[in-house]
Amino acid sequence: MSGKGLFGRLDWITVILYALLVFIGWINIYSTSVGEGHTSIFDFSTLYGKQLFFIGLAALGIIFVLFVESHFFERFASIFYIVSIVLLMGLFVFGKTIAGATSWYDLGFFNLQPSELAKVGTALALAKFLSDIQTDIRTGRHQLYALVIILLPALLILPQPDPGSSLIYFSLFFVLFREGFPIYYLGILIFAVVLFATTLMFGTVWVAIGLIILALLIYTFKKASVKVPVLPVLGVIVISTLFSLSVNFVFENVFEQRHRDRFALWLSLEKDEEKLDEIRKTIGYNTYQSEKAIESGGFIGKGFLEGTRTKGDFVPEQHTDYIFSSVGEEWGFLGTSAVILLFSLFFLRLIYIAERQKSDFSRMYGYGVISILVFHYFINIGMVIGLLPTIGVPLPFFSYGGSGLIFFTMLLFIFLKLDSNRLKDGI
Amino acid sequence: MKKLLLSSVVVLIGFTFIGRLSYLQLFRFSADQILDDPAIKKVYDYPERGYIYDRDGKLLVGNQPAYDVMVIPREVKPLDTLEFCSLLGIDKPEFLSKMEKARRYSPRLPSVLVPQLSKEDYAKLQEKMRHFTGFYIQKRSLRYYNTKSAANVLGYISEVNEWDLQNNPYYVAGELKGRTGIEKQYEETLRGRKGVKHIQKDRFNRDIGPYKDGKLDTLPQQGKEIHITLDKVLQEYGEKLMHGKRGGIVAIEPKSGEILTMISGPTYDPALLVGRKRSKNYSKLHYDTISKPTWDRSILAQPSPGSPFKTLNALIGLQEGVIDTKTKFRCYHGFYVGNTLRGCHCGGGVRDLNSGIYQSCNAYFAGVFRKIFDKYETTDEGMDVWEKHMKSFGLGDFLGTDLPTGAPGRIPDVAYYDKWYGDGRWAASTIISNAIGQGEIAATPLQLANMTAAIANRGYFYTPHIIKSVGNNGNIDPKYTEPRYTTIDRKYFEPVIEGMANVYNYGTARWVQIPDIEIAGKTGTVENYIRVDGERMQLTDHSVFVAFAPVENPQIALAVYIENGYYGSRYAGHIASLLIEKYIKGEITRKDLEKRMLEKTLEHEYAKPYSGEPFKINEYVW
Repeated sequence: MSGKGLFGRLDWITVILYALLVFIGWINIYSTSVGEGHTSIFDFSTLYGKQLFFIGLAALGIIFVLFVESHFFERFASIFYIVSIVLLMGLFVFGKTIAGATSWYDLGFFNLQPSELAKVGTALALAKFLSDIQTDIRTGRHQLYALVIILLPALLILPQPDPGSSLIYFSLFFVLFREGFPIYYLGILIFAVVLFATTLMFGTVWVAIGLIILALLIYTFKKASVKVPVLPVLGVIVISTLFSLSVNFVFENVFEQRHRDRFALWLSLEKDEEKLDEIRKTIGYNTYQSEKAIESGGFIGKGFLEGTRTKGDFVPEQHTDYIFSSVGEEWGFLGTSAVILLFSLFFLRLIYIAERQKSDFSRMYGYGVISILVFHYFINIGMVIGLLPTIGVPLPFFSYGGSGLIFFTMLLFIFLKLDSNRLKDGI
Repeated sequence: MKKLLLSSVVVLIGFTFIGRLSYLQLFRFSADQILDDPAIKKVYDYPERGYIYDRDGKLLVGNQPAYDVMVIPREVKPLDTLEFCSLLGIDKPEFLSKMEKARRYSPRLPSVLVPQLSKEDYAKLQEKMRHFTGFYIQKRSLRYYNTKSAANVLGYISEVNEWDLQNNPYYVAGELKGRTGIEKQYEETLRGRKGVKHIQKDRFNRDIGPYKDGKLDTLPQQGKEIHITLDKVLQEYGEKLMHGKRGGIVAIEPKSGEILTMISGPTYDPALLVGRKRSKNYSKLHYDTISKPTWDRSILAQPSPGSPFKTLNALIGLQEGVIDTKTKFRCYHGFYVGNTLRGCHCGGGVRDLNSGIYQSCNAYFAGVFRKIFDKYETTDEGMDVWEKHMKSFGLGDFLGTDLPTGAPGRIPDVAYYDKWYGDGRWAASTIISNAIGQGEIAATPLQLANMTAAIANRGYFYTPHIIKSVGNNGNIDPKYTEPRYTTIDRKYFEPVIEGMANVYNYGTARWVQIPDIEIAGKTGTVENYIRVDGERMQLTDHSVFVAFAPVENPQIALAVYIENGYYGSRYAGHIASLLIEKYIKGEITRKDLEKRMLEKTLEHEYAKPYSGEPFKINEYVW
């Protein structure tokens, strides 16, 4: 083993999957941005040319990461984190506003988005904190510290405004769950989301009735030997009903109309065909167009560069957040399911790698990376295919954009570097 | 558990996504989505609709340009509204409401502001057009009629409706389609095929070049011109004669089955159904339920044919061998059915075939009819034979013409009477009215004309048709060039034709003779009834006449049916003789007669049942 060099120890399966994703992403960016009289693919005035340049930068980043001594990342995790936080704060003063969000530093040739960098920093810092010999995630105090590490950048990003990126930080809870953070918190969260959605769809009364029926069913079908105390169940029902009432209140009084419209569209609350049409043309326009584009691809798709809706630029932001709709239109169901499969394999491979780490830091960091990537993937594609409300986050490795590509790449390759060193960690 | 959490989440997400994608791309996908793809605009290139000419190459229908004033609301700059309105011939509130309508439709797509400007308005407007930014003039093609006649034959075109769009994928909303007559029957020939260009659009509706480099684009195919069998001169003349009269006239060239003229009265100027006033005019015509100008009486009216039918009964009698030319019947100013006397106007006495026809003797034909049935053991057999002979003349069923509408008429059969009277409860004497063309028989003027053509041809006819040639090669459907034989042998026609010629020489139509032209014809006077407010009343008889001429080498066979025109020769006979003279000689020698026919109207007859007062019928006053 020790005879192998750095490249021998690198997990090539992951690298190949990564390269495939970047390549397919670029192909689709090319399709969305190629115009009449297209020139060389190295034309940097075009989006696909620029993206190619970013891919080059990312490759440089990979080389840099791979040649850095692997304990460097563990040692300097806190520094990374602090720099990220400072950069995020700096945005309030020096930030450049693009499309209504103050999320960028203008570096002349390149717009740097520090929230991307902060993802790397936060993942490192969280891993560092959790892997510390003195940290015990089962204590409330350390749970609180962990929450602060996660939520601080999220809170700084929220007012940019960039709710999508903020949301991403919540994915790091998966790291906590992996390390012993009580899993029923997740259960409660999911339960709350279900209550939220069902309340909007059916109203509080039906939610309460549903809960009571559910409770009765549990009592009817439980094994006689299992004792289920009555009081806590009643308590859950009462609290849930109160929560459900508060949902209505928040929805009607705290949310703005555009938020309400998004949920209305997502949960198919609006039945009035005319209003629905209005929503499709305004708030739901992106989702509607993107669904239509994907739908029109059918089983085999329209073919590379043949996507009429892609060419006509019907789906806004198609080269960035909505890149997956181009896959749907031009490559059809075959293309979309292949991409889904590719991502799934990629994630499962990463989880496998994370689990084989001997160093706690490496494993925790690995989980951080995976969580962040999965969350992006889930929210992005979920939004593009109309399963989730519109939340603007990029699809990792696919979407156009330098910061995104480079930091996702670094996020990943820091992990691969740590992995390549795992045998030494044991010694 | 905690190690598997994230993996399970990944797998779960994967399945959810694939599920959703199969719903979108497999279940909701449909192949014809390209049709409503907003990214592809189809631009159509319309070929000119084919012209229609008469049998001599005279233009009947052509095209004329019309000018729509279009507006793109977004591009409109402030303008002198008053001047613009006066040029367009509309007032300011109308202008503003139209602008608002256009804006609501789309600020960036063109809308029609004022449709179909006349040439004069267009000329005035065109010079000033450059002052009005955001407006432009779009040329389109409308039908132009080089005649005020033949509206029923030519038909009209109008915009396709929902039904057309659903049933024929060729059409796109706003396109025109033949609705009736030749325009409908030969729609695809006249229309040609539009060319289509596919243009790739972006979401701001800007063109960004041809879709797939024009691989799917097609060039327009020109519509073909059509020559029809109508004689423009005869048609126009006939319509003039029909002034103020209701009824139908059909003239056929016996040796080809070509329809020379097909007139329905009252009619209307075909130009009424073109242009800006189209829909107003259409409503007016369509909702005139009393005189029904859009109802083509020449092919849809199905009156009892009356006496012309006697000629067929004579032919059947001869063919069946139950009479010969010498067979005589006595007329008692009528004939007895059981103990009741049925009247006859022939004057009475002994009648043979010849005088039976030219004096139109009811008693004679009642006798013939009985003899036909007596030949067979049962009434049913006799009825079947009689029906077979009758139908061989193209009666009692659709003729198979190339007209998009028509009526079958009626030749009653055994089943019909069994239903009416009960099986075995009727006999020849029960249905004796059929002998003289009354009773249950019904025939359209077209069928009567065709029957006459069959007699003129001595035993066969060609399926009547209106198409002469498509384009310049003369090819038409071969079914119009094959003779259809009747069940009557050629030799039996001569004596009947002789009787029909004598109708002119000294029979019921002796006062409508034409110098130098020998005509064979037969008058008909048909009793008829109407219901007004549930009350059945008898009206003045319909005047019917069938004729062909010349007797040797016939060039024209026609049927004239004039509602409430009284006896056969009074209106129908005169009009028929004028048409024959016009067609064969090209001019009218009997100017008095012509003048009388042109001026006389029957409006007073048509007003009678609606006057609410008692009235007399069959008055001898001119």
